Amino acid sequence: MFDRRLLEHFDWALLGVTFLLGCFGLIILYSAVTAGVPTPQKVLCIKQVVWYCVGLCAMVISFLFNYRMLDRWAHVIYAICIFLLIAVFFFGNYVGGARRWLILGPVSIQPSEIVKIAVIIILARYYSKLANVRGLVLRELIHPFILTIIPFVLILRQPDLGTALMVVLIAGSMTIFVKIEKRSLAYIIAFCTGSIPLVLYCLKGYQKQRILTFLNPDRDPLGAGYHIIQSKIAVGSGMISGKGFLKGTQNALSFLPEQHTDFIFSVLSEEWGFLGSLIILMLFLMLIIIGLNIAYKCREPFGTILSMGITVMISWQVFINIGMVIGLMPVVGVPLPFISYGGSSILTIMICIGILMNISMRRFIAE
Amino acid sequence: MGKYLKTADSGWYRQRLTGVVLCIVAVFVVLIARLFYLQIIEGEEFRRLSENNCIRLQSIEPSRGLIYDRNGILIVDNCPFFDLTVILKDARPIEHTIEKLFQYINIPASDLMRKIKRNKGISFYTPVVLKRDIGRDALAVIEAHKFDLSGVGVKVRPRRHYINRRSAAHLIGYLGEINSNELKSGKYSGCRAGDFIGKFGVERAYEDFLRGKHGGRQVEVNATGQVVRILETVEAQAGHNIFLTIDQPLQQKAEELLEGVAGAVAVMDPTTGDILAMASSPSFDQNAFVKGMSHEEWNSLISNPFRPMENKAVQGEYPPASTYKIITVIAGIEEGVIDENTTFYCPGHYKYGDRKFRCWKRTGHGSVNVIRALAESCDVFFYQVGQKLGVDRLAWYAKACGLGSPTGINLDNEASGLIPTAAWKNRYTGVAWQKGETLSIAIGQGYNLVTPIQMLVLISAVANNGEIYTPSIIKKIETAEGKLVYDVNNSRENRKLAGRLPASRQTLELVKKGLWEVVNKRHGTANIAHVDGIDISGKTGTVQLVSRKTNDNTYEEDRAPHLKAHAWFVAYAPSDEPKIAVVVIVEHGEHGSSAAAPIARELIKTYLGGTL
Repeated sequence: MFDRRLLEHFDWALLGVTFLLGCFGLIILYSAVTAGVPTPQKVLCIKQVVWYCVGLCAMVISFLFNYRMLDRWAHVIYAICIFLLIAVFFFGNYVGGARRWLILGPVSIQPSEIVKIAVIIILARYYSKLANVRGLVLRELIHPFILTIIPFVLILRQPDLGTALMVVLIAGSMTIFVKIEKRSLAYIIAFCTGSIPLVLYCLKGYQKQRILTFLNPDRDPLGAGYHIIQSKIAVGSGMISGKGFLKGTQNALSFLPEQHTDFIFSVLSEEWGFLGSLIILMLFLMLIIIGLNIAYKCREPFGTILSMGITVMISWQVFINIGMVIGLMPVVGVPLPFISYGGSSILTIMICIGILMNISMRRFIAE
Repeated sequence: MGKYLKTADSGWYRQRLTGVVLCIVAVFVVLIARLFYLQIIEGEEFRRLSENNCIRLQSIEPSRGLIYDRNGILIVDNCPFFDLTVILKDARPIEHTIEKLFQYINIPASDLMRKIKRNKGISFYTPVVLKRDIGRDALAVIEAHKFDLSGVGVKVRPRRHYINRRSAAHLIGYLGEINSNELKSGKYSGCRAGDFIGKFGVERAYEDFLRGKHGGRQVEVNATGQVVRILETVEAQAGHNIFLTIDQPLQQKAEELLEGVAGAVAVMDPTTGDILAMASSPSFDQNAFVKGMSHEEWNSLISNPFRPMENKAVQGEYPPASTYKIITVIAGIEEGVIDENTTFYCPGHYKYGDRKFRCWKRTGHGSVNVIRALAESCDVFFYQVGQKLGVDRLAWYAKACGLGSPTGINLDNEASGLIPTAAWKNRYTGVAWQKGETLSIAIGQGYNLVTPIQMLVLISAVANNGEIYTPSIIKKIETAEGKLVYDVNNSRENRKLAGRLPASRQTLELVKKGLWEVVNKRHGTANIAHVDGIDISGKTGTVQLVSRKTNDNTYEEDRAPHLKAHAWFVAYAPSDEPKIAVVVIVEHGEHGSSAAAPIARELIKTYLGGTL
């Protein structure tokens, strides 16, 4: 039964890049939780390794079956993920003013991370059946809009602005990729620009302030603005070759606890300098190109759109996270794939890699 | 749809993927360009700033809202004081700095080391408080030797100052350092370790208004931790000022009158529900809490048998004794069990079953009607009313009059008291209600428990012809600039009417006539409270702590102090147009008439003296 072609077409380059990013990620995390910190939390590194092992298993599972099953099961996967999000709403663990985690025995997971995959799968299913060269018209966009807005609202209510925005960005990118009919696109753009003043009018004073601060962190010199300054100092002080492994000093400042999660790129840049940052950026670029190449080589629409959606998700996370650390983007909580500390983030990215491998391996197998 | 589907083939998708690749590469170019700018072009400058972590945040403490009495007399203020702090990263070597500190201001090095060790977990850049409140002399020395003491700083903090020591301590409450549980709870947003928050009383209940908001400064420091440049400043926002409903001179008078006894006094304006005074004795010194108290001081406070930390006016639960007879009368008349002409004969006791229930007056009152029964507090009269009503009907009236549940005053741990019913007793003790117990209930003994504040609300409601107010302690709240945030007079919701007494106008007139005779008739139990020129009405109560057995011939006066009865007095004045309602309880004060009534009389005289 076993088809030799599966092994022949296994994507070793993708595995290699994944492996390298994982290793670098652990090294940087080790530095982030030990260097210059009064109470080193090495246990976080061990936890991360454990999550990588779990993620590896998830990755293997994700490429063992034929990815076309995902097409058939898309609704079930989506429903389960939405159910988990609703469960978070009622039974979620309350940490630092937000309900994001579900406690399942010894582990806590963040369903909002996994829900991103479910949205990609269900949109890939929908678009693969509908897409055409003319582009999608408004009526055809109602369905995907609803599919996106449900998880968006649920995640926004947790509240987790970063992940909620990610869902919208991914869905938007996929929709633009499969093309929107010209007149429909014009309507959408006109509607969005038209509603901005209306929304601004409806917002309360403090909400407006929050949005302005979000767009311009300098307005909040004691909070986000301070984080950005410290982050920029950390990145800049790395100069060409960095201060060296475990030699970073900005760690010691009080922008804990984000330095091992969302701001981890600043630790990398400070210790490994421009060259180190460039290497990581190139690895991410390679990963993205490999992902897009899989989409390119795949010969049926579902596989193409699915792999494109996954790749676009990784790209957005890289852009937003690094952009935030170097002061190009607003401060939102989006983890850097492979590198930021966080079990759900690792699990999600490994499943994504598994699905990409799956699509790559089975590109010669007809339905 | 079908005819289009074929055209969206792999070739078409490949074409679109090219666009995606171009976009992604463009973004990567932007990211790399930005990194190049930060790390290579501006790298030198950022490297300089990163050494010694030059850019730091300093917090600016907000000034906590002040507290005034109803007429604007300041009762709680803030005074500046000085904390000695050290930033470990700047104070190197730390031993050297500590030795210097010992030389200059004579603090033992071991103390300082202990403080530093305790803060092991926190960041090296967070200032550690070495000594609170170092005083101005030490401050001058530190400032003079600033350059010799790297890393050492002085932080000016506003500290709470309670102007009238021990006055209204239970009502106003006190501050304490925030603990880790409170920090984690998420209720105190914007607070950090070391902040002081309200722990009791108004300070706790109105914490959100009083606290204000931290400000801060982004500063650049040099190698020894001295500020070179201020980059950004966000001013702290002062907390809101609170005007209490209490009248400070009256409050102080109440405290004087309670001096030396354990008990509580509360005074209300029966037309509005404003609490004019609330005192609980013995009291405590709130300033001691802010300064930090030794273990012994704290232990002596909490082990004191007279419970100085308890606000007896809202937390103390006592049997209402004869003050409860107001309820019995209302229930009796409203239920048609008695009317104004009903008389019972009191021979000094009442035989029920095989037990003899005694009247407090052993010789008996003779034939009494309802007004005389109230005036002279004839137990036998109420035994018979209670017996006719039954415990559950009595309980319904008691609850409808506001007893047995918290009044809703916004203060800590308000007790609810207890109004027993037959079902309640069965549930909690497993024993059925005995008919004889109803007789004790009817005169306010037995299982009945009320708080002084409940009795105050009740007597106020009687005084104002039936309106039950939720007591209010806040008159208004203003921002530091004087903008009104809350005004109790402003809207109808602010003056919360909790309900109405379950009594008709005629019933209340009868009750009021009885209460008037308590004070103003020669045989009234509180004749002692009579003042020429002021018409006072009231009701005494004496809580028996040792049951009055038939053959017990000892007198109250001869009992050991801790077995002596509690004394109650509830009153209002002037009788026809009440402006003040008072409740007094004196623990182990023996008789309501002798121990509690004079206190109420003096308070009424003080308050109405000015307005008459």
